[in-house]
Amino acid sequence: MPRRNISRRTLLKASGMAAIGAFAAPLQAAAPEPTAVTAALIEAARKEGKVVFYTSIDLPVAEPIAKAFEAKYPGIAVRVERTGSERVFQRIGQEYASNIHAVDVVNSSDAAHFIVWKRDGVLAPFVPEDAAKHFAAEQKDPDGMFAAFRMSLSVIGYNTRLVKAEDAPKSFADLLDPKWVGKIVKGHPAYSGTIMTATHQISRDLGWGYFEKLAKQRVMQVQSAADPPKKLGLGERAVMADGNEYVLFQLKESGSPVEAVYPTEGTPLIVSPSALFKAAPNPNAARLFQCFCFSAECQELVVDKGGMRSFHAQIKDKPGRRPLGEIKLMKEDPAAVEKLSEEIKARYTKIFRV
Amino acid sequence: MSLPILLGFAAALCLLILLPLSWLVYYSVHDRAGGFTLANFVQLATDPTFLDPLVTTVILAVSSAAICCAVAAPMGWLVARTDMPLRRTVRALVTASFVTPPFLGAVAWELLAAPNSGLLNKLFRAATGADADEYLFDIYTLPGLIFVISCYTFPYVFVLVTNALDRIPGNLEDASAILGGSAWTTARRITVPLAMPAALAGALVAFLQAMTLFGSPAILALPSGFHTMTTRIWSLFQYPPKLELAAAASLPLLLLTVVLLRAEAVVLGRRGYAVVGGRQGDPRRVRLGGWKWAALAAALVVLLNPVFLPYGALLNAVFSRVPSEFVSFENFTLHNIVFVFFELSSTPVAFRNTLILCTSAATIGTVMAVVIAYITSRNVIAWHRALGFLATAPVAVPGIVLGVGLFLTYTRPPLVLYGTLWILLIAFITIALPAAYQQMQSAFRVVNPDLEEASRILGATRLGTLGRITAPLLRTSVIATWCFIFIGVIRELSAAVMLFTADTKVISVLIFDLNESGDLGAIAVLGIIMLVFTFAVVVLINRIPGFGAVRLRNN
Repeated sequence: MPRRNISRRTLLKASGMAAIGAFAAPLQAAAPEPTAVTAALIEAARKEGKVVFYTSIDLPVAEPIAKAFEAKYPGIAVRVERTGSERVFQRIGQEYASNIHAVDVVNSSDAAHFIVWKRDGVLAPFVPEDAAKHFAAEQKDPDGMFAAFRMSLSVIGYNTRLVKAEDAPKSFADLLDPKWVGKIVKGHPAYSGTIMTATHQISRDLGWGYFEKLAKQRVMQVQSAADPPKKLGLGERAVMADGNEYVLFQLKESGSPVEAVYPTEGTPLIVSPSALFKAAPNPNAARLFQCFCFSAECQELVVDKGGMRSFHAQIKDKPGRRPLGEIKLMKEDPAAVEKLSEEIKARYTKIFRV
Repeated sequence: MSLPILLGFAAALCLLILLPLSWLVYYSVHDRAGGFTLANFVQLATDPTFLDPLVTTVILAVSSAAICCAVAAPMGWLVARTDMPLRRTVRALVTASFVTPPFLGAVAWELLAAPNSGLLNKLFRAATGADADEYLFDIYTLPGLIFVISCYTFPYVFVLVTNALDRIPGNLEDASAILGGSAWTTARRITVPLAMPAALAGALVAFLQAMTLFGSPAILALPSGFHTMTTRIWSLFQYPPKLELAAAASLPLLLLTVVLLRAEAVVLGRRGYAVVGGRQGDPRRVRLGGWKWAALAAALVVLLNPVFLPYGALLNAVFSRVPSEFVSFENFTLHNIVFVFFELSSTPVAFRNTLILCTSAATIGTVMAVVIAYITSRNVIAWHRALGFLATAPVAVPGIVLGVGLFLTYTRPPLVLYGTLWILLIAFITIALPAAYQQMQSAFRVVNPDLEEASRILGATRLGTLGRITAPLLRTSVIATWCFIFIGVIRELSAAVMLFTADTKVISVLIFDLNESGDLGAIAVLGIIMLVFTFAVVVLINRIPGFGAVRLRNN
């Protein structure tokens, strides 16, 4: 399998995804000049001494990103505040409502959140040099408010010790087979942005009837999209109905008996943008950290160690992982998620009872 | 000079407790626009997503209370009234289960009894050659949840029953024996009735604990698809938050608690004969003969569940690559420890906050308890009875309800405390105050006011007397109260989870967060450190020269 670059063309061809740029108001599209890392910026950041990063990236990836930044820029500590994207969104809302401005940089797996934040005018326009040079326009807000930091898929998975490859489910429809009763684990859309985005795409393409039937399979309901792969790794459940592809990659590559399945109906695509806040308490450290996040160095870490996929033109997929071009993807549509998220949560809760 | 200070104290107390409750009631009868409405309660009474959790919660609380009494009362009797060996060790181990936060116990029991990956189920399959699908225990069920909650609630019943049995004089039992009563008759006619009020009170405490716990149901009930009232209230804080509904849903818990506490007062009031004055000789210990070893074995088997098995599972997970597998050459790792100490950037913040909150809540709470108990037991100011009632009132406020109330109160001007440690400090002190106050009040009753009067006659102020004469006389109780609050704060999750922000995270919340993303190894490390730290503080405080050898009251 040749190493391949996820160019913007591949991605668009493969997914037909709605580009992030499509939902931004095209009126006064004027992103600020790209910012390069300068000695002055580093010095200003060092004076602030820390940066607070709210994210939904699983801690075993998020903390190494923070540590890599701290190693490169000694004297600036990164506080990783990790929870599910929907919780991140709720918490920032709650904090801002009380005039608490604790967050510098945010990264969420529910791209719809950035529509809301941008509309509320709480984001600061900022374009890192790497984002300007190596990220396609589709991955960036035209006003420079946010850009796609990482991408992953929500996949089906199974434990290879408990399920033989030929018996493994190949599609969402296969999960409804009575043989999986009591053996499935899945994440929750009111906690995880990945699951929220995936639930939207699946309900749109397959209908809510799929979830109604799935709920009858006595599903183990966990919260984070990072947890279903971990439950497979423990051997607690044989199959996961949704969850992060990247955690599955990490587990598999460290020897756990897990395998990903790309359902025949299509695999939900999850793009996770990052942004700075206007009222960030450490604005310079925030800028420096955002520059670092979009650099080839950090993107490589995110891909190689994290198991995610990158939009950075210079970053190649790790060998042994299924290239994006060979996967049938579902169409991403943050604008629809933004409109429907409340209904999705309510409907989901009604069907799964939690 | 002292009087204004004491009055100030009383006013602060009113504010502390009445303010959040008032906002709670206000919110519950208003809609989002601020208009008066009863719609929240209508929804509460008709919506099955509220009624089902309510029914579940009642089943859960009743069964836990019954199990706690069935286990703890006989165990308390064995420890207090028989010659069972290792009685002190058994008491210490019960204290250990009291110190263990229930949410940590729930995670440990996930490791032990998750149907497929649980260590006990693995042992069962290995021993019987059962199929990979078969299991002995499934912790993600209502009975599983009831079991785990009982494990960490039974110490309350145990402590109350043993304390009562310690106090029942042996001569009543002797009299029964002399009059020809058999051991069985004596137990039935004398010991059991005398211990009954304590057992009843214990059952009530167990019921309230089980009803108001948040962590254990969030960890064990949600995966199997059901809510309890606490998790349901908490889910209303998800975006978009439904604060009015959360406030309304909190009120049934509050009401139920108040009713039960009243009922207890009525029942115990009628059983006034059970109160025994003073200590007339040591309690006579029943000789168990050969049975004493069986009794010890039974007690240790009970203690397997809250202490030995969970601690073992956590220790195993600390050093395991895959936390649900036994430590072996391939599975051994130090990565969890490295991760928690050198990578997890929340660790130092959470430890610092927890330490600050534990010590300050324990210190301030103890001072408040001493002063209020002094006021009420020495009738210092008018309305002192009301003050005593206020100090006990938070007992009727479940942690999650208080969390909602404080959130509603302190996210608005003039006092925006949300986002600071103050709001957590207020929550923790309020939660701890009733028990602390009651401990101090019963301590004051045994101190004769003569010495205080002498001090006052010689010209000391009230506060001076309290600080120089009374408090030192009560130091055993003061230390016990301090430790009690300290442990309570470490265990607290339900209010903290509503009130924390990034900068004010505490360890309990950090552990809860880690559970949601399935990082069990990191939880094991944090949990073990937390336990070691708590035990160390309790032991150290009790060893400080001058404080004397003190045992925890709940020991």
